[in-house]
Amino acid sequence: MSLAIDVQNVSRVFESKGKEPFYALRDANLQVEPGELFGLLGPNGAGKSTLIKILSTLLLPTSGTARVAGFDVVHEADRVRRSINMVSGGEHSGYGILTVRESLWLFAQFHGIPSREALRRIDETLEIVGLAEHAHARINKLSTGMRQKMNFVRGLLNDPAVLFLDEPTLGLDVETARILRDYLKQWIKEKPGRTVLLTTHYMAEADELCDRLAIIDGGRILTVDTPAGLKRTMQDEVVLKTEISPVLAGADEDVLGRFRQLPGVLGVIADRPQNGTQLLTWRLIDDGVIGTVVNELQAADVRIIRLEKNEPTLEDVFMRMVGRRLTDAGK
Amino acid sequence: MPASDSETLRGAAPGPAAGPRTVSETDAVAAGGARPSAAAPGTPAGARDLGPWERLILNLRAARARAYVRVVATGRELSWLPFEVGLPILAAAAYVFIYEALGAPAEYTGFVLLGGAMTAYWMNVLWNMASQFYWEKQSGLLETYFLAPASRVSLLFGMAMGGIFMSSIRAAATLAAGSLIFGITYHVVSWPATMAAFVLTLSALYCLGMLFASVFLMYGREAWHMASALQEPVYLASGFYFPVRALGFWAAMGASVIPLTLGLDAMRQLVFGMADMGFLPVAWELAGLAGLTVVYFGLALRALSKMEHLAKKAGRLTLKWQ
Repeated sequence: MSLAIDVQNVSRVFESKGKEPFYALRDANLQVEPGELFGLLGPNGAGKSTLIKILSTLLLPTSGTARVAGFDVVHEADRVRRSINMVSGGEHSGYGILTVRESLWLFAQFHGIPSREALRRIDETLEIVGLAEHAHARINKLSTGMRQKMNFVRGLLNDPAVLFLDEPTLGLDVETARILRDYLKQWIKEKPGRTVLLTTHYMAEADELCDRLAIIDGGRILTVDTPAGLKRTMQDEVVLKTEISPVLAGADEDVLGRFRQLPGVLGVIADRPQNGTQLLTWRLIDDGVIGTVVNELQAADVRIIRLEKNEPTLEDVFMRMVGRRLTDAGK
Repeated sequence: MPASDSETLRGAAPGPAAGPRTVSETDAVAAGGARPSAAAPGTPAGARDLGPWERLILNLRAARARAYVRVVATGRELSWLPFEVGLPILAAAAYVFIYEALGAPAEYTGFVLLGGAMTAYWMNVLWNMASQFYWEKQSGLLETYFLAPASRVSLLFGMAMGGIFMSSIRAAATLAAGSLIFGITYHVVSWPATMAAFVLTLSALYCLGMLFASVFLMYGREAWHMASALQEPVYLASGFYFPVRALGFWAAMGASVIPLTLGLDAMRQLVFGMADMGFLPVAWELAGLAGLTVVYFGLALRALSKMEHLAKKAGRLTLKWQ
């Protein structure tokens, strides 16, 4: 059985005069089975979008091979394009002068879908995502959420075998994001073999949607596993959150560096201070280290407002792999 | 592109240490790189090889859809009326009064108005054909175009068809209003020849627009400034407001690389029956326009293919933030 996505040793280098070559992807290897909803997690500049652009034939790899729906993205780009679609977060929706229905029809024509069939699919999908009553509204009158719903519908019009979603819920309100996530789950189940490659900044979204995840940073794929499998890798560790006041002063890094040297502490990350308090997230080898942490915080002359032991989350896995939070990474 | 690049693509994974090497899509295929593939389950039927008829239908659908945007815009957004009909008449009026003051033949008024009406096409080619891919890259739509299986030529063809419709409405409105205001009379020598001159002018002109579209996409903002710089000089070189023979033979010959130079001259000779004021015999001008159509279309195809390859190699189909 062919893989839906098969990436073998793909590297991509960007060169510009007078600058060091930038390695956006380094020897990436990735295999996604048909029917999977696969997530790519990584900070800005990690190489997620570069990989998606290569897989969607918008960019040539510098080396390596990649196949999508069984077709080579370089040699069989035309066949790949007939098997895929892509929706990016915050993307332009089309020509403001057209209505939602007209704009979607326009894009359906670029995929060669007969008008009658295209309009049937458009009406049906607009109904599902709750945009039917705006079908005849001009695009320049739509809110961001409505535009993104429309983009989502556009991505599904040609019934792609592989759908690339690049931060599809970026900047959306909670309700709109939920509607799109729910529909995506339904869409992938409707027909065997439909595959989704999703990049997202939202850990909860990745955890909820994805069958498997890859964590990518600095152009390298660091690990691939199911969300549960990734969390299991931290099963032996204790995640402790401490909210402290006052916030760590001046030489934060020195203090954090000292904390990281404590016996039994595997890592500690400080959030940005909020309202005079600061959240520290600790990875400890076992419960026995909690006492050491408390003593050390008291020695640092800070008050512990809240202390909480948590089950490991994907965010914790990401922090362990990349060394930063997803929201902080890439800054 | 040497065959070794195809080899790199086919399996050896040199990684970063091997240095940056980009694969040539077309050359790799030419070198025998394409391999038979088995589509994954769930692959849409569309991913099989398309026959020539299916491919034609796909591309015609895409062209029709792309043209539709411009057709709709013409009727839906009427703000163009005062600017794009009124302003060309105003520009032509200045020349009309100069010619009248100098006692020029009455046909010169018609010459000027025809030139004024044809500015709609030149503006359309510069700003809505040549610059269009560049604008669409800026707005993020280009990526969506290049993701679709329709050929890029069909999209440009659709843009051209829509643009011709849009500009023809403007040109016809300018011509009708100007004819009434200035009381112009026409002495058409041959309607078929006039139509042929008009169609060939637009064919050559929009093929030039297709060529520019690729060039402008590759050279970005610099090319956009070039469009701005080209606008007025072409009005002069192509004789929009005077018979182009006034430039002198060699200057007019040089200006004939812009299809409007020959096209306007041929149409003026045919519509006002004044062959003695023409630059070249109409038949030669029609042959020249046909030649320009072929040359510009061939160059446009080459430029489009080259542009797409270079853009995918250099990552220029999208902006960095997209």
